[in-house]
Amino acid sequence: MAGEIVTARQKSRERSAAPTSLFQSASWRRNIGRGILYLIAIFSSAVFMFPFVWTILSSLKKSAELFRFPPTWLPESPQFQNYPQVFEIVSWAAWTWNSVLVASVATFGAVLTAALVGYSFARFRYPGRNVLFMITLSTMMLPVEVTLIPLYLLFAKIGWMDSYKPLMVPSFFGGGAFLIFLMRQFFMSIPIDLDEAARIDGAGYMRIFWQILMPLSIPVTATAAVLTFMGEWNSFLHPFLFLNTKAKFTLAVGIRYFQSVAVVTDDTEPKYHLLMAASVMMTLPIILMFFVAQRYLVQGIVMSGIKG
Amino acid sequence: MSASNMQSPVRDNRSRMPAWTRNLRFREAVAGYLFLLPWLLGLALFILGPMIASGYLSFTRYDIVNTPRFVGTKNFVEIFTKDRLFWPSVLLTFRYALIVVPFSLIGSLLAAMLLNQALRGTTWFRTFFFLPHLTPIVAAAVLWGWIFNPDVGPINHWIRTITGSPDAPGWFRDPAWAMTGLIIMAMWGAIGGNTMLIFLAGLQGVPQELYDAAVVDGAGTWAKFWNVTIPMLTPTIFFNTVLGVIGALRVFAAAFVATQGGPAYATWFYSLHIYTKAFKYFEMGYASALAWIFFFVLFVFTYVQFMQSKKWVYYAGEVD
Repeated sequence: MAGEIVTARQKSRERSAAPTSLFQSASWRRNIGRGILYLIAIFSSAVFMFPFVWTILSSLKKSAELFRFPPTWLPESPQFQNYPQVFEIVSWAAWTWNSVLVASVATFGAVLTAALVGYSFARFRYPGRNVLFMITLSTMMLPVEVTLIPLYLLFAKIGWMDSYKPLMVPSFFGGGAFLIFLMRQFFMSIPIDLDEAARIDGAGYMRIFWQILMPLSIPVTATAAVLTFMGEWNSFLHPFLFLNTKAKFTLAVGIRYFQSVAVVTDDTEPKYHLLMAASVMMTLPIILMFFVAQRYLVQGIVMSGIKG
Repeated sequence: MSASNMQSPVRDNRSRMPAWTRNLRFREAVAGYLFLLPWLLGLALFILGPMIASGYLSFTRYDIVNTPRFVGTKNFVEIFTKDRLFWPSVLLTFRYALIVVPFSLIGSLLAAMLLNQALRGTTWFRTFFFLPHLTPIVAAAVLWGWIFNPDVGPINHWIRTITGSPDAPGWFRDPAWAMTGLIIMAMWGAIGGNTMLIFLAGLQGVPQELYDAAVVDGAGTWAKFWNVTIPMLTPTIFFNTVLGVIGALRVFAAAFVATQGGPAYATWFYSLHIYTKAFKYFEMGYASALAWIFFFVLFVFTYVQFMQSKKWVYYAGEVD
């Protein structure tokens, strides 16, 4: 630490003094520039990662240690049993399973139907197509509150409350504007000659979709699936509104409930250390997924932004 | 299938169906609509239908128990004249967006430029910048609540160490600081997120010839940045701004979990106001009116940005 500061100071002193021709040379200045860039990159990485580090460290402390002043950095002795303890005091296993179930089914429905709809927008000519596509894109700026109230009333009326139907069924109707846009953009980048060759060989539209386009679209389908899964995993408002029974909660709703009871010292002590462990356990699958699908994910996000 | 193969060379006038129904164009259109069907239903059932319903509800009083009672524009009049939380929540939301959008855009652009310098370990830096964006908002709100803990949080510990005085902000417990806390939390998640990746792709799409030509004309680093990079990035900046504004004005879950709109309504965002009216007090008609005002504002904002964009956005590949 101290050494770094000294060298940085030295560098800046050398730069400001710098009368000799050696220090004015272009390569010297470039090296200084690179050095500063590295420092900035490392420092900002540290800033971005700090909340994670602090959360993980907190999750391994004893409850009393969390409230010690001044705060300690490393846990005195790492309390790995904090993690299994989360499963004991709240229905963590059930919530995890619920999240996996809801996110998987919704992702399946959304990606499948978005691909079909994207195929329609990308490959077929029919009256009203462009108008419908514009309407589709403009639904992206619709605030969720406009449709949420009637949908809430509707789902209450048909008895879907406190079930996963309101979270799953709507996904099977196109998967939303963003996914449709993503799939359409990708299909449009596949040469239409392939479709035409298949048609000459007698393939129907369905067959072209499944045997020509989809096999070529595995990367974008993976992107769409990962993005949707993450979105569903993180989704808060809908499950919060539609699920009432504690055992049916998803992780996002569950952790919010846990937060509201963690401070209550009913029996022994505040459970912030367990709450931190729970946050880690909710975030971890998403981060793992990112590492596995990193390439696709970055590509897909980039694709959605190209040419706005 | 066989029929479609047969019909094009030989014109069959004896068929009962009009000739145009067997036209390839017609078949293509039918198939197109069939593939579109899930979304057509979805639009009708989950978007347009509910929009019409909430449009109607906004002119009624509806408490779920009794049937909706038509009251004309009473809800809107009340919102603008009597609702004591309406204007403050509108102002709060705008103030939040006005800070979060420009700062996170500039931050994202700087981060993207840093990642575009071909430093060693760029993949790692990109991952470090991106991870906050992946954190579920609810989890982020929980962990920032702990980092901002006024008594034992690390931030206040540092502030006390640096200033040497025991006073430090109360963050989410202090009306004067809660908004700042939420803004920091939002920037943490936004700067290294999708916006940065899209900027990075935009930067990599700027043709090297333009830089070379600029250098030949004697441009330095700044001149290249202002006269090549920024103009070529305007489509990306535009895209990110539109999405950023919509996203910032909609802010909900972060505030709902971290501060519950408090303390003393200091973070009572507009979407929180709608939520409370609708699902806490069950004033469904009133809340629908609030939601439609929200939609109108977002629409106007987006429309204005699209109109303005003609003046400053440059599409290099624009042909049609």
